[in-house]
Amino acid sequence: MPSRLVHAVQIRFQRRINRAPSPLVARSVPWLSIMLASVLPTWLFLASAPYVPPFGFLTLLAWRQLRPGLLPVWAGLPLGFFDDLYSGQPLGSAILLWSIAMIVLELIELRFPWRNFALEWAVATALIVVYIVAALGAANAGGGSAHIAFLAPQIILAVLVYPFVGRVVAGLDRFRLIPFLDMSR
Amino acid sequence: MAPPPNRRSGYSRRAQYGTFFGYIAGIVGALVGGGFLIVSIFNPDAFAGLRGAAADAAEPGGKVVAVGRRETQSFFDVVRGYAVAGVRNAKLERELAEAKIRLVEAQAIAEENTRLKGLLGLAQQDPAPVVTTQLVAATGGSTRRFATLGAGSGRGVVVGMPVRSQLGLVGRVLEVGSSTARVLLVTDTESVVPVRRAQDGVAAFAQGLGDGRLQLRLINLGINPLKPGDVFVTSGSGGLYRPGIALAAVTSVTRDGAIARVLADPAATEFVVVDRVWAQQAEPVATASGTAVAPPAAPGPR
Repeated sequence: MPSRLVHAVQIRFQRRINRAPSPLVARSVPWLSIMLASVLPTWLFLASAPYVPPFGFLTLLAWRQLRPGLLPVWAGLPLGFFDDLYSGQPLGSAILLWSIAMIVLELIELRFPWRNFALEWAVATALIVVYIVAALGAANAGGGSAHIAFLAPQIILAVLVYPFVGRVVAGLDRFRLIPFLDMSR
Repeated sequence: MAPPPNRRSGYSRRAQYGTFFGYIAGIVGALVGGGFLIVSIFNPDAFAGLRGAAADAAEPGGKVVAVGRRETQSFFDVVRGYAVAGVRNAKLERELAEAKIRLVEAQAIAEENTRLKGLLGLAQQDPAPVVTTQLVAATGGSTRRFATLGAGSGRGVVVGMPVRSQLGLVGRVLEVGSSTARVLLVTDTESVVPVRRAQDGVAAFAQGLGDGRLQLRLINLGINPLKPGDVFVTSGSGGLYRPGIALAAVTSVTRDGAIARVLADPAATEFVVVDRVWAQQAEPVATASGTAVAPPAAPGPR
């Protein structure tokens, strides 16, 4: 019985003729995954030190680098706003920094149309370092007084974890384009 | 990786305008963010309502994950117990650690009692807590240390109430939503707690460093009497925290104080208790202990 069920599901998702991806799923998965990446780590790790990488920002970068043009340039405004509500940063910090990151990525893409893994990782590394340090600046302007040296573990973790976030995003990209809407009806 | 094929808008006016307004919207987004940031720097409470509503909306998810997190943690505890010396050993060690803190707290309370009895001759009972609940979320990447409490104004939580676990002080309520509340953890750099050494009452301020440790600053400067392993408890001055709640243990001594480790790590905290604000029920005691903390038993300096 279960094997028959699995088979039915496989048929549903593998038969590709006369099927199309759902436009709703195809468009909403990037946005929802970035929002989930913003909020899920705050539930999973009750950390006493700022070691957890900024997964929302990493996911945004990964989607932007995997699929240029899928997220509009202004995506930093709503997504950064959502991240600010849960991140503990003063509200506006992620809106500003994510918007700037989207514009910078757009400019880099104009400058280097052909890219490889190393270049993408280098660009992401630069953005991650600047983002984490600038977020510390915003937090300290908003009342904190943490020392910049405490950020080293977080920066290293975030840079190392970025390719894995890219993997997950690539998997989500495959998922969002599964043609499971039957067009013959 | 190949450049995207739809980069150039060509002769299509619609595509040209689309690209142009996309850039404009991106820049406007950055400006809006800058504006929000300036407002929240000058008035940190400006968006408290929005944050409260957002935390209320996310609370069910947080509670579900909290159960999983707790079970995973206890699973790892059991595995670690086998690896070291069996489950039994791990359990005993946990009980011993808790008993040690209890003992230090008891010493502090006994000392407090003798002092207060001398001053007032009053019997004071610990009031019942407002609510017992769990931490459903905490900031991870930000250098600010906040946590979200699974109870809000609906269960009587108001701004300023201290939050503690069975191991010690966790923080203080900063913003309140209807079913959640935002807690400023003691490890945040904006949190300053008046403390005293448990055994003899050397007074200090404990400020968070932002990385899970505390900076202890002595009130009486002079020869630094602190040693690694000294346990500090709240002193009750300032009237926010009840005296005698365990807070931190000294790990290394600095020139004008010490670096201390927080005893109640939020990650290891299962349930927390929200207390009433101390000064509201006991004006005279709070002020009396505030003035009485510093002088009598501090050895060394002078």
